[in-house]
Amino acid sequence: MAADGAAEVFRRRGHAVVVGASLAGLRAAETLREEGFTGTLTMIGDEPRDPYDRPPLSKQVLLGRVPADGTELPRRRALDARWRLGVAAAGLDLAGRRVRLADGEEVAFDRLLIATGARARPWFRESEAALDGVFVLRTADDAARLTRRLAAGPRRVLVVGAGFTGSEIASACRERGLEVTVAERGPAPLVGALGGVVGAVAARLQRDHGVDLRCGVTVTALEGDLAGRLRRAHLSDGAALDVDVAVIGLGAIRNTEWLTGSGLAAGPRGVACDAGCRAFDVHGIVTDDVFVAGDVARSPHPLFGYQFLSLEHWGNAVAQAEVAAHNMISSGLDRRPHLWLPAFWSAQFGVNVKSVGVPPLGDELVVTQGALAENRFVAAYGFQGRFIAAVAFDQGRWLDFYRGLIESAAPFPPAFTNLDRRTDGTRPVPADFPDPSLPTHGPTVTLSGYSPSERRLRFTPAPA
Amino acid sequence: MTQATLLQQILDYANRADPYPLYAELRRTPVTRQEGGVYAVSTYWEITGLLHDPRISSDARNRAPQAGAGPLPVVPQEETDLPPSFIGLDPPEHDRLRRLAMRPFGPPHTPRRVHDMRAELTRTVSGLIDAFQGRSEVDIVDDFAYPFPVTVICRLLGVPREDEARFHIWAEAVVAALDPDPVEGAPDRARAARRARSELGLYLAGLAEERRRAPGDDLLSAMTSGHGPEERLSPVEVVTTAVLLLIAGHETTVNLIANGVLTLLRHPEELKRLRDEPGLAVPLVEELLRYEPPVQLLPQRTAVADIDIAGTTIPRGAPIWLVVASGSRDPRRFADPDRFLPERPDNQHLGFGGGVHYCFGAPLARLEAQIALTELARRLGEPRLVEDPPPYRRNPVLRGPRHLRVAFDTLAR
Repeated sequence: MAADGAAEVFRRRGHAVVVGASLAGLRAAETLREEGFTGTLTMIGDEPRDPYDRPPLSKQVLLGRVPADGTELPRRRALDARWRLGVAAAGLDLAGRRVRLADGEEVAFDRLLIATGARARPWFRESEAALDGVFVLRTADDAARLTRRLAAGPRRVLVVGAGFTGSEIASACRERGLEVTVAERGPAPLVGALGGVVGAVAARLQRDHGVDLRCGVTVTALEGDLAGRLRRAHLSDGAALDVDVAVIGLGAIRNTEWLTGSGLAAGPRGVACDAGCRAFDVHGIVTDDVFVAGDVARSPHPLFGYQFLSLEHWGNAVAQAEVAAHNMISSGLDRRPHLWLPAFWSAQFGVNVKSVGVPPLGDELVVTQGALAENRFVAAYGFQGRFIAAVAFDQGRWLDFYRGLIESAAPFPPAFTNLDRRTDGTRPVPADFPDPSLPTHGPTVTLSGYSPSERRLRFTPAPA
Repeated sequence: MTQATLLQQILDYANRADPYPLYAELRRTPVTRQEGGVYAVSTYWEITGLLHDPRISSDARNRAPQAGAGPLPVVPQEETDLPPSFIGLDPPEHDRLRRLAMRPFGPPHTPRRVHDMRAELTRTVSGLIDAFQGRSEVDIVDDFAYPFPVTVICRLLGVPREDEARFHIWAEAVVAALDPDPVEGAPDRARAARRARSELGLYLAGLAEERRRAPGDDLLSAMTSGHGPEERLSPVEVVTTAVLLLIAGHETTVNLIANGVLTLLRHPEELKRLRDEPGLAVPLVEELLRYEPPVQLLPQRTAVADIDIAGTTIPRGAPIWLVVASGSRDPRRFADPDRFLPERPDNQHLGFGGGVHYCFGAPLARLEAQIALTELARRLGEPRLVEDPPPYRRNPVLRGPRHLRVAFDTLAR
């Protein structure tokens, strides 16, 4: 009962601090209020802007259809919060329950939510990264700068790395009529996220749209002129390209440096937390008053062998923020697990890409609907005889069905016939991930229920 | 009471004014086998599951030959010599036709089409309400909710408004065949529908030929001109698509608007709020689509594999009815489902269906209903129902009042 009492006291007059004022932080704060939190609320964010949406930055914003400062997130409700924007959190005193800000201010909390997200991984050589013409794309300011430069009509754009962000940037460049070279270390675009079979489709899409796609190469150096402007890029195969814009799309780094020495289990891969979003300390003991959500969180997912997953997905940020906020003001059995099934989308080269589940866990793949050759298909991924993921190109409306198959651990390959008879009898092929670090035999876990309060998990231990 | 008689009661015209208590009973068993081998699905999650299930066909040719025997006949998709339109086809044919039809109507190629119609829609609505001048009572259906969307779909498709009398008869005959009520002459209705659809097709084929020679800014012109040899509709496909859009565009929105006026007059406090804050129209129309949807059930689906769902196996070839109006009132999905709450949060209703067959005209229907209801709320002084419930159209699938007599004291400008 003591714990219940504490949660109730906190709900009524506690002080909640949310560090990170982007999607996860905002949605968590709104959920706190929505669920009856009447205490004081402080929002801390390092960017001097109101919370904004990032997915449009690499799409509509780069195309000039939406201004870079025009993607402010819609508000679900009034927050009645104290905002500390434009100042980063610099440290955490766990014992004293205080967040230290970069300007020296200290903010006390009763409960803390960490939602500091991630930032773009910069080009590895600082002097080259500083050249005029070298960009990353993560923030609205990044997008404003890059859009301005693209609008000026550079002769050739180099995109370093063909992940989702890199591919979307290349797509926007082509739509603007710009010459673009994509350099990708792997054998195909998106190969790390979707595997080689689907990656080959992405490669064909890029080339069909006029991208100079070069796989199996790395960029070894960026070269500037005397005025410090980017002029040339050197590739590992000896080629040199004249470029005046290079966009670095080498993934993201989690913003955990401010937690160094705090005693939390925070590192380059994120802040570890339990499925209820409570942070672990360095001993692996779960904390009571510190919660984590969004890109910066690493939490175990029962459906995927209890692996700690870090998900840089928009939907994950929202769902995890809602669970974290709910659990901040709940106790005991009222707390919920974050059982969100990973899902994300992308738009590139006129194709809508959607994914559900965790494709990189897949060892085999079957095209269940449509055809790879038409760039319109659903590819289902199997892992040890069950559904683990599905990826759709321009077929996103079917994915809810596959979500159900993944949640119920349905047998793979699928035994059913469906509407698209062309794919009947297709045999599974290797999904062709570059590094198939597959987990070993574990328990079978399935999800059931629909509304957040009734989501339940069934655990079937593996035979000894 | 058996489930079969329950479904019969839902189809029974006597229950047209309020089928919702019957749906509540139907939901006690989410998936039930009805007489004649029809599987009725009445709960939210089961319906959404099947709407996204690639083992469910919309093509009547996938029905088992014996299905439909019994007192509940299964109405084939479109009884006609014309091939089915995309509403009665599956991927990949469906996807191709729908994509080509979408080209001149919405994103990605024409994202502003519906948005740019706003001024014209408002003008049309204003004109119809202006004509109420000097009267103290109108029939909202005949004087407003019917002529408005017909004018809009004619303009959009490129069909002369003055031909309305001709195609209205054909359209009525086609949708009458959607009525699964076997009591009154189902075979006759099916024959009449077949004939009507052919005649409507011939009429539209003639128009399409005119538009091909002298294109305008309408959908028929866009569909006949095409975009290269691989991505174009054949002449027959233009006709089937135009038939579909003309009928769907003028047999559904009329019910959405009439149901909306009826609902608002039954909830005067919400009508007053709409008058004071026109922005309320957006969530209000969504709630209307949940609470009184113009399409009550989707009777055209067929299982192409055995499907285990909610403790039942729907066998391959079996006809499936998705009772979307029931699913949108499922208390497991919507709190207090029988209350009309214009600002209901998280309102993912089934009013426009779901999956690949999600209503093609949804953005237009939304805008039409928002403008129509806002303007009526603003201009009619002291409006009230003359009779409640009003007389309904026969059709249990496309459900709405046949007439809706509304009296009022003043007419604002």
